Amino acid sequence: MNPRVDTRGGNARLLLREERPVAIVVREVSKTHGRGKDAVVALDRVGFEVRKGEIVCIVGASGCGKSTLLHLIAGLDPPTSGALGVSGGGTSLMFQDPALFPWLSVAENVEFPLHSHRVAKADRKARVAELLELVHLEGFARRQPHELSGGMRQRVALARALANASHVLLMDEPFAALDAMMRDRLHEELERIVAAERLTVLFVTHNVREAVRLGDRVLLFSSRPGRLIAEFDVDLPRPRRIESREVAELAARVSDRLQDPRHAAVAAPVAVAAVS
Amino acid sequence: MPPSLPPSPSPPSPDSAMPPVPSLGRRLARRLAPGLGALAVVLGVWEAVVFSGWRPEWVLPGPGAVLKRVAHELAQADTWHALQITLGRAVLGYLIAIVVGGLVGLAMTRLKWLRSAFGGLTTGLQTMPSIAWFPLAILLFQLGEPAILFVVVLGAAPSIANGLLDAVDQIPPLLVKAGRSLGARGFGLYRRVVVPAALPGFVNGLKQGWAFSWRSLMAGELIVMIGDRPSIGMRLSQSRELADAEGLLAWMVVVLAIGLAVHGLGFGIAERRMMERRGLLGAAR
Repeated sequence: MNPRVDTRGGNARLLLREERPVAIVVREVSKTHGRGKDAVVALDRVGFEVRKGEIVCIVGASGCGKSTLLHLIAGLDPPTSGALGVSGGGTSLMFQDPALFPWLSVAENVEFPLHSHRVAKADRKARVAELLELVHLEGFARRQPHELSGGMRQRVALARALANASHVLLMDEPFAALDAMMRDRLHEELERIVAAERLTVLFVTHNVREAVRLGDRVLLFSSRPGRLIAEFDVDLPRPRRIESREVAELAARVSDRLQDPRHAAVAAPVAVAAVS
Repeated sequence: MPPSLPPSPSPPSPDSAMPPVPSLGRRLARRLAPGLGALAVVLGVWEAVVFSGWRPEWVLPGPGAVLKRVAHELAQADTWHALQITLGRAVLGYLIAIVVGGLVGLAMTRLKWLRSAFGGLTTGLQTMPSIAWFPLAILLFQLGEPAILFVVVLGAAPSIANGLLDAVDQIPPLLVKAGRSLGARGFGLYRRVVVPAALPGFVNGLKQGWAFSWRSLMAGELIVMIGDRPSIGMRLSQSRELADAEGLLAWMVVVLAIGLAVHGLGFGIAERRMMERRGLLGAAR
């Protein structure tokens, strides 16, 4: 069980995870890239749910279909079979590369999704200012992305994703290219923003410690084909530190499970019954 | 969690990120110096060849005499009339080429089958010397403005279409993905992401297109001469007929200068501004 304080409506009350509404549903989803002999199964009958306000981390080696899964949930690509659902407002996707538009200023980048959603000009300006403040970049509105450091760019990308007005954030190894110190800071900021904006986050990483540091739950995926092989509840109190003993211990347990030889066999192209 | 975090461990502070900007005069001097040096070398070699007496001076006059002639011609009203007609053709032909090349290129980026069918053909057209189109152009349009425009457009449009194709190919797919996930769809995605992302590459196509259209135009003006429409090409040709070597070279200098001016001033400045804005120039200055 993973109790969390839910502050919707101003009345703080304790809710069990199971009582909260579902934000993301993934049911028996498979994805095959290519056809015939060249077909590669990226995802094989994956299913899980993410509740509103949860941070769920997906961990797996490269080739486990993590990015594919986020693309499917974001609606950029259809699944080969199975069903996907996201509650209200759609999703925002963030990548390892901030993918800022280099021809736009910081403020214009954040404004981009507001344009897509036809927000009135005055409201756009106000929202951009608000979001830049949220990611501590107030003074950089008129800068071009190339003038910022990597961590600052990733924060602009976060502000832009939040401007997309969706409460479901899909993050594809967003901090993998940053140095450890910057990453720690962004973990703290993300935690704070998720609480402040009541976001639901699906966070993909190959770093087990990062997953345990951030997640309410950690989903473990096997590689080629990508399958959900285990799920861990992270019952550690927040704020957490990535260096803490508790995080390290749980991370070690997750890693052990990841390296379990039973899953090595899954790498063979022969169909193996799903381990649950 | 601390209540407020400083912006970043190493913030490029708002006023110190850019190096101090030198004065306009200095920047201009620094930028122009290599070009002026090269020009001096060319003029020197030219002068040396004339001085060697390899050809008599009435066949190959020196740079001093030719530049004096350029100055003299530029003081004549006739010259400006010819320049006006030639540049008018250049601008009109180039604009048509941008529209035609742009539309064809755009269609080919959208439709894979169109590209596989006609992609090779546009590249082939690019290698076709524009002067080879003139017999056909004259057959179709007689000796008139449309014949010249026809060849200018055919010369420039394939480069522009190909430039657009290359530019779109080189767009980082991640930017398009980001645009889509941020709600840009269909035409909006094109206008707000694909076009600006393709712009740096497309400028190369536009530059090449200009070079081709200017070349085609000069070929055209030498071949298709219209009596009451004096042009630079016509003046060049007349100089040859009158064995006026000084005039001939003077007109060549004018042709070269216009081509360079459009390339350097028009494209150079716009391109530089765009690259600077996107941080693509960096320290390689």
